[in-house]
Amino acid sequence: MGIQLDLLLNAISAGILLGGFYAAVSVGVAISFGMLDIANLAHPAFIILGSFIAYTLNAQFGIDPIIGGILALPAFYLLGAAIYQVYYYSFERRGDESLRGLAFFFGILFITEVGLILVFGVDYRFVAAPYIGPSIHLGLVDVPLRMTVPFIFSLLMVGGLQLYLSRTFIGRAILAVSQDSQALRLMAINPTKVKRVAFALSIATAAMAGSFLIIIQPVEPSVGREYIGRVFAIVVLGGMGSFPGMMIASMLLGVFESITATFYGPSWSPAVAFGFLLIALAVKPSGLMGR
Amino acid sequence: MRTRYFWLAAAALVIAIGAASRFATNDYFFFASYVVLQYIVMATAWNILGGYTGYVNFGTAGFFALGAYTAVVLHKTLAPPIPVSILVAGVVSGALGFGMGYLTLRVRGVFFAIATLAMAIVLETLITNWDFVGGSRGVYIIRPAAAPLIGGSYIQYLFLVMLVLAAFSVCIARSIEHSKFGYGLATIRDDELAAEAAGVPTLKLKLIATALSGGLMGMAGAPLPYYVTYLDPSSGFNLAFAVNSIAMPLVGGTSMWLGPVVGAILLATIQQIATVTISSALNLLIVGVLMVGFVIAAPNGIVGLFEGKPRGRIKTIKSD
Amino acid sequence: MAGHLLEIDKLGKRFGGFVALDCIDLAVQTGERVGLIGPNGSGKSTLVNCISGALKNDTGAVNFESRRLNGMAAHQRTRLGLARSFQLPKPFHTMSVAENIHVPLLYTVNARRGGVHLSHDGIKHRVTELLEQVGLATKANRRPRDLTQIEMRKLELARAMAAAPKLLIADEAMAGLSHNEIDDILTLLVTLNEQGITVILIEHIMRAVMSFSQRLVVLVAGKKIADGAPQEVMKNPEVVRAYLGE
Repeated sequence: MGIQLDLLLNAISAGILLGGFYAAVSVGVAISFGMLDIANLAHPAFIILGSFIAYTLNAQFGIDPIIGGILALPAFYLLGAAIYQVYYYSFERRGDESLRGLAFFFGILFITEVGLILVFGVDYRFVAAPYIGPSIHLGLVDVPLRMTVPFIFSLLMVGGLQLYLSRTFIGRAILAVSQDSQALRLMAINPTKVKRVAFALSIATAAMAGSFLIIIQPVEPSVGREYIGRVFAIVVLGGMGSFPGMMIASMLLGVFESITATFYGPSWSPAVAFGFLLIALAVKPSGLMGR
Repeated sequence: MRTRYFWLAAAALVIAIGAASRFATNDYFFFASYVVLQYIVMATAWNILGGYTGYVNFGTAGFFALGAYTAVVLHKTLAPPIPVSILVAGVVSGALGFGMGYLTLRVRGVFFAIATLAMAIVLETLITNWDFVGGSRGVYIIRPAAAPLIGGSYIQYLFLVMLVLAAFSVCIARSIEHSKFGYGLATIRDDELAAEAAGVPTLKLKLIATALSGGLMGMAGAPLPYYVTYLDPSSGFNLAFAVNSIAMPLVGGTSMWLGPVVGAILLATIQQIATVTISSALNLLIVGVLMVGFVIAAPNGIVGLFEGKPRGRIKTIKSD
Repeated sequence: MAGHLLEIDKLGKRFGGFVALDCIDLAVQTGERVGLIGPNGSGKSTLVNCISGALKNDTGAVNFESRRLNGMAAHQRTRLGLARSFQLPKPFHTMSVAENIHVPLLYTVNARRGGVHLSHDGIKHRVTELLEQVGLATKANRRPRDLTQIEMRKLELARAMAAAPKLLIADEAMAGLSHNEIDDILTLLVTLNEQGITVILIEHIMRAVMSFSQRLVVLVAGKKIADGAPQEVMKNPEVVRAYLGE
């Protein structure tokens, strides 16, 4: 009984830390899918790309992975802007978003993963930093620093984005465009530009999330696939564009996954996320116009 | 031409190719052709739900591998002849398709697509944890020494089985195109709300299409264990199956049965050549780039480049 | 009360915090010509969507021929005899105009148990008939993208007519039409009504609504504020205020 409680408490605390990280992973999709209605399936691949960039900066130049992520932000922002432009000209403008848009992002997901395999191979890569290894001991609970540091920075990033969206002009334009792009046009703001900024931001978050990921665990190119189910489950369950909802959903998923991993083994985690996804879909408002 | 003549022509073609293949001396021909035929089935199956109905299935590797592993389970228990395994695998994968559809088809198509992607990963996890089929270590299947019925090498038998399956799936696709069911699927693709308003039972039709598509993919996977003789989750759920099933119809053209066939033959052949000359990862990259390229620049695929006016479908549709 | 063709009972619909429809009561008798008007955003299209099943109402009920429709899928409602056209035309764009009309004939008319079952030739005949009624016979083999906006609206109407409905809801079918074209559609709708089809006409074009309707219903901000003879309703101060402001 005592052993079970010990395990349970550690599982829950790990789950909360994991949940914070999942929020950082999902915030990009909360923007691109939740607000812009663009099903960017490739988001996890960009996170892995971020991980590998953090790895390279760390292995070659000894740069701390979090710093590495920050350094990569501008490049990812530009990448996001470029991808949105292609998406817009090829699909959104033609009104042909569904099948081909999905295939487009799936293709990018695929190309990114295979590209990473070609450059880095299939071995697991990891980074070195002073906070990877040690843990804090709080009574029965061990809190590994390699999870705490990403947790703190994840919350900072999500909180920062929330402030940006609610306080700045462009941020509020992004919130507006997700609801009524026509009204935005009437205010002489170009909705396409606003959406491009939003999408670019969403990809930029992947740079940071990738750094967080490789701090928490070693990474190889196909790791991204597990995150597709997770990310969309969190965003849908969290109510699409809502950040607080996404936060709660991330925590819930993190805790459930952690408990499952502790008592049944870590290989069942994708099943937990999938279960969440199915529940999310069942709970959504029904009707073909359901949004 | 009328649908029944299409089936007859396909049957005649199968017999002709089958008879001609008896003269092939090099087994490599059968190994290579098997792959092409298998992709014709996969691409055609995907297109029934993707091209005809407009619902994207990213979890094709899941349905395919489920078929392969069903065959493994059968092989280890009852060891029935391959055609039986194929039928059972078809039913199992079809049931998976139906189940997935039932859970996810009531909301927008994009959620179905995401769910299929997640499903394939979960399925791979489940299989990896299932020791009876070898788990992550994989399982060895011994190929019978001689082919049943016709004698000769077993791989030639597998080739013929897949040839029949390929012809069968293309005939099914063609039949759907010219049927009331196909009309219904097209309306779902074009405008699902308007389809419902016009009396089309969209959920029912989507479920049928999903089950049919999944079932065909399972059937394509059933002979795989005998083809590769060693099967493990990473090869069963291989990335190549996932991407090819989608890239081939998108490159070849999604509006009719010919598109997936053209795409399958073209891309599978390119990959056979590329795997021999360059690395297999690079050749997958080529497929991915081709797919994205076609989706952006030539949305109607190769067949679409030659298609002009709308074909007169009214003349051939049955009024049921 | 028995006898209503369509009865809407305390229908409510919200989108998040926004109340689109608030406790709507409406009864339509067989053979009536009802006009439904209201400013933009008043909930007219939401009401049509709830009646036809494209949206699920949150509260209240929709009854058709004394049958509760709650939870019934849209295609089943169409088969029961309730057809609607869409305000923004939604044609099947990979099919020809004729094939667009084909669909409701195959999936509604022929799907009904009992009643008329069209043969292959019967369908072809009926398609031609319907296209002639709306003036699209010459465009039968064209794709919807080749049609003008006005022709697309006619196609919308023809598709709803093809479902052989008992109740037809025409959602702003006349927007953008010329004077003569409006008269053509009005004549068409009156003819359909004389053949026994009950019609609910949703429109902004006042002269069309006034001349067509036996009864006028006014929706403002999700609430029904008037329901009666057209001349009376137009004198109602609330209605005047809604359209002209204070």
